Amino acid sequence: MNRIALILLAVITLAITSGCVNVKPWQREHLADYTMQPDRDPLGTAQAEHIWFSREEASGGSGVGGGGCGCN
Amino acid sequence: MNIFPLKKIVLATILSGIFSCAHAALKVGDTLPDLVSYKLEGKLPDSLKGKIVVVDFWASWCLPCAESFPVMDELQKKYGDRVVILAVNVDEKAAKMEKFLTKHPVTFTVVRDGSQKLVAAVEPETMPTSFILDGEGKVKFLHKGFHGDETRQQYISEIDSLLK
Repeated sequence: MNRIALILLAVITLAITSGCVNVKPWQREHLADYTMQPDRDPLGTAQAEHIWFSREEASGGSGVGGGGCGCN
Repeated sequence: MNIFPLKKIVLATILSGIFSCAHAALKVGDTLPDLVSYKLEGKLPDSLKGKIVVVDFWASWCLPCAESFPVMDELQKKYGDRVVILAVNVDEKAAKMEKFLTKHPVTFTVVRDGSQKLVAAVEPETMPTSFILDGEGKVKFLHKGFHGDETRQQYISEIDSLLK
């Protein structure tokens, strides 16, 4: 393996593994807060989805997907 | 002369990258670290030696933790002195724990790991996580999360098996 390939490998490894930092389960106080929930306002969400549907002619895709059959 | 041992540096980089992603959570068969050395806030039971201990890591912001508390309290009342329920709070602020305990009063022991050093050593994968220890302090059973009556039944059967 030549020197350039080795340096490239080291850089890629560093780039990949440096992102391996996660919020520990006991540090998730702020993430668990009500205000962090994306669906905390059902009416607001419905309105936003309606606007999106009307203007973009698209709907769905903002939540958990279904069975993946693509039939909707 | 090779003053730039590139291969060694690359190897060290890769290994350090891999090990920085790895973690060593407390698992079944391990021994719980000595609680006294972590300077937990609150009074620990005088001696845990020879007793079945349920160590539960919880936080005030964790909804399943609130669901688990009545069950933990029931277990403490059911088993009395034979079992020690030890709830370790990991909130950053004591006031949040106290507010929670006012809303969910319990009879079992609650201590606070304000520095979060114990919880960092134990590395529970979720909140709550509970460890059931035998009389020697070894982890015999591990519960990740709380799943209502299913978890309650598991607690009872596991504690019963250790008391036999």
